[in-house]
Amino acid sequence: MLLSQYLKYQTERNLYLGQNFSRHLVQKNITPEEVISIHKVALEEIQELGMTDTMIISLDFLTEFMIQYGLALREHKILVEQQESMNHEIELAAKVQNTMLRTKKPELDGVDIDFLSVPAGKMNGDYVYFQDDDSDFVGIGVADVVGKGIPAALCMSMVKNGLDTLGQASISPAYALDVLNRIVEKSVEDNMFISMFYGRYDNEESVFTYASAGHEPALYYCAREEKFYDLDESKGLLLGILPDVHYMESSIKLAKNDMIIIMTDGVTECRTENERFLSRQELIDMIYNVKDETPGDLAHSVFKALEKFQAFHQRDDFTLAVIKKVQ
Amino acid sequence: MDLTVNIKTQQDNSILGVISGEIDAHTAPKLREQLLAIDTKSTNKAVLDLAGVGYMDSTGIGVIVAFYKSVIADGGELTLIGLSPRLKRLFDITGLSGIIHVEEEA
Repeated sequence: MLLSQYLKYQTERNLYLGQNFSRHLVQKNITPEEVISIHKVALEEIQELGMTDTMIISLDFLTEFMIQYGLALREHKILVEQQESMNHEIELAAKVQNTMLRTKKPELDGVDIDFLSVPAGKMNGDYVYFQDDDSDFVGIGVADVVGKGIPAALCMSMVKNGLDTLGQASISPAYALDVLNRIVEKSVEDNMFISMFYGRYDNEESVFTYASAGHEPALYYCAREEKFYDLDESKGLLLGILPDVHYMESSIKLAKNDMIIIMTDGVTECRTENERFLSRQELIDMIYNVKDETPGDLAHSVFKALEKFQAFHQRDDFTLAVIKKVQ
Repeated sequence: MDLTVNIKTQQDNSILGVISGEIDAHTAPKLREQLLAIDTKSTNKAVLDLAGVGYMDSTGIGVIVAFYKSVIADGGELTLIGLSPRLKRLFDITGLSGIIHVEEEA
């Protein structure tokens, strides 16, 4: 009926009716080859067309072709369904990650500590951990697991459990990394590793002690000189590469308004649309511009500035943690 | 940007792999596949030329580390040559230049 109408009057309305009908067929899971055979039967019924045998046979030929398209279509439908269920699972995993690895910032008189961690995808490959008890010490670990997604998140819970087991804020950063390295090395594949910066602040003495396992150097801001320095004196190997590694630690005394800024490579490896890397000086300038903000605001402001720098296309997980001596 | 990997066995039986392009999460699996195909048992020296590598992220480091582990497990040694200052810094920061021999580009 639709076809004979259209053959007589090629109006927009008749074409529109055809479109509606095809949508209906898609909904009913009618395959392309079935559509052609419906078309064929319709043509045969309209006698005034005088269909020749050759034309009819050519439609059979076309039907054979369409069978492959029909199979591809079914495959596509199954894939879409599978993807939906996988997305659902990833969302559940991300929720578990958020609950299990939730980080609470520590409260300590005289020092303001805050952080911001924004994943590029659904799951975060960066992790911030605070070791906080009733003592005058506070420990802070910033880790970046190679890769992203679920394997990274599973690796992260290993770091959390390790640090939970160590349990004391006064623990030596180098010792903490020694222990974590042993745990990680035993449990990861050859191409997995974690970079980690671990620092401990002694509030009584105003001394910050740190060790690094292959992590981006933290920045030290000296308020008196209004200058930034890289904390790169204690470099060590990434976690998970060799079984027995002994890390070194260094210390620095903080004065009022001095800051320690710990970040991951989502900050330092920022690139513009034209593949130009953020220079260390540009990063320092960004931080300098907002140095008088509270640590929480500072981290947000730097994130906003970096979003702009990379034209709002965040490629890697972003993490920035700030420790500021306020008294 | 695409990644090209060209692996040859030298006259002294050492292996030279010339890599160029970007090594990131997209291209790392390809590099991994090609490096894994190398028979590290039949050679005791492997050299990777990274002069054409403009960018490497942590996934790329992962591939290099896995290759390093497989080379030393078979008693060989790995050298990386032609590193740009940016790559050299990456290997210094990660502490890998302490265990893998690295040379900056001339």
